[in-house]
Amino acid sequence: MTWMQYLPPLLKGAQVTVMISLSSIAIGAILAFAAGIARTSSNPILSGIAFVYIVLFRGTPLLVQLFWFYYALPLIGISFDPITTGIMTLSLLTGAFGAEVVRGALLAVPHTQLEAARALNFSKSYTLWHISMPQAVIEMMPAFGNLAIQNLKDTALVSLISIADLTFQAQSMRNITLDSATVYTLTLLGYFIIALCIMLIVRFIEMKLRRGPAFPRSAHS
Amino acid sequence: MMYGYAWDTTTPLTFAISILPILGIGLLVTLQAAAVGYAIALVLGLVLALLRRSRFKVVSWTVAGFTEFVRDTPLLVQLFFLYYVLPDFGIVLPAFMTGALALGLQYSAYTSEVYRGGIEAVPRGQWEAATALNMTRLQTYRDIVVPQMIPRIVPALGNYLVSMLKETPVLSVVTVLDMLGLANMIGERTFEYLVPLSMVGLIFLPMTLICSALIYAIERALPKSGIPLR
Repeated sequence: MTWMQYLPPLLKGAQVTVMISLSSIAIGAILAFAAGIARTSSNPILSGIAFVYIVLFRGTPLLVQLFWFYYALPLIGISFDPITTGIMTLSLLTGAFGAEVVRGALLAVPHTQLEAARALNFSKSYTLWHISMPQAVIEMMPAFGNLAIQNLKDTALVSLISIADLTFQAQSMRNITLDSATVYTLTLLGYFIIALCIMLIVRFIEMKLRRGPAFPRSAHS
Repeated sequence: MMYGYAWDTTTPLTFAISILPILGIGLLVTLQAAAVGYAIALVLGLVLALLRRSRFKVVSWTVAGFTEFVRDTPLLVQLFFLYYVLPDFGIVLPAFMTGALALGLQYSAYTSEVYRGGIEAVPRGQWEAATALNMTRLQTYRDIVVPQMIPRIVPALGNYLVSMLKETPVLSVVTVLDMLGLANMIGERTFEYLVPLSMVGLIFLPMTLICSALIYAIERALPKSGIPLR
């Protein structure tokens, strides 16, 4: 078997990896905004719930979370199929890390902006969505880019709950051929290429945002 | 029964308490792996950061490519690579050392970026002044650059220690009996995964919280400018 013959199964795995990574990044982003905004809210219950969620998921290892959802939850009668479990766990983790990014960027919006909004009698939600968020979102992009790469790398762990992703396919290829060096080199290259694509996409979004519906960022003192 | 400790599955609480000593043994392995891995990451990262500043383009580009590659690929696959490929070249390491090496390698890519940022943050004028004072390269690094970069890099290095600690459970995949490995084994023998896995999470949580708090305290305590070496 030559290395060319390893490609079809590895590519099939790569598809699964990309699918899991993209969907958990998307769901994670929604969770990140929800929890990040909740954290900055003045409502103690909302911000308390967000705090507990963030601490729980940031403070424990992903593999433990994954096994917990996969092996432990079914014991109390809640079970999902492996793919759902994988996407759910990765989304929750990415969301918890993203929430801190969202919170940090929102807090970094210059205070004068909020005072001006208040002076103009803007409502709280208008201030959040039309004043703070457009400025904060651009600042979040580099950190989100890093989280997206981290998320991609973390997807490798779902192979351990029997999802046939790139790592899983690599493992089965190596078990058949025992040609570890070639199989794992190809696998690493596969992840690297996907990571480069994710980086390009994040750069592109950031560029679009910076150019986007003008907000005179350079103007603030 | 494991390591001479029997478990008592009558209620979840007694089960949790009875497996604590076993998980404690695993915790020790987890901490050792993180310590060895971190030591490798600190040293190898510095080497990579310095090589990256080499005057020879071939060296600096190769190192830049290598760090980017290691940073963007999963620890688990790197671990498999080392675990299965090194023996093909006649290097047979115990699983624990392979795991610590993989952790160290992955995080050396991160720490090298931290070192690089720290070195580059030292103003150009300082380098020029050192040259004007006829200091050697070693003196410049030892007396001028390093003392100024320490306060900048300590918080970032600390954060990577916490992330590394949280990634050690991955080593259980290559038969290292860390906390998660033992919890899984208990699960396999008792068909009770909920309690052992929850316990592992519950032990990790205060550990990472305390570490983060410590790093925050160190960050606050460090002077904002340089640290005099003597």
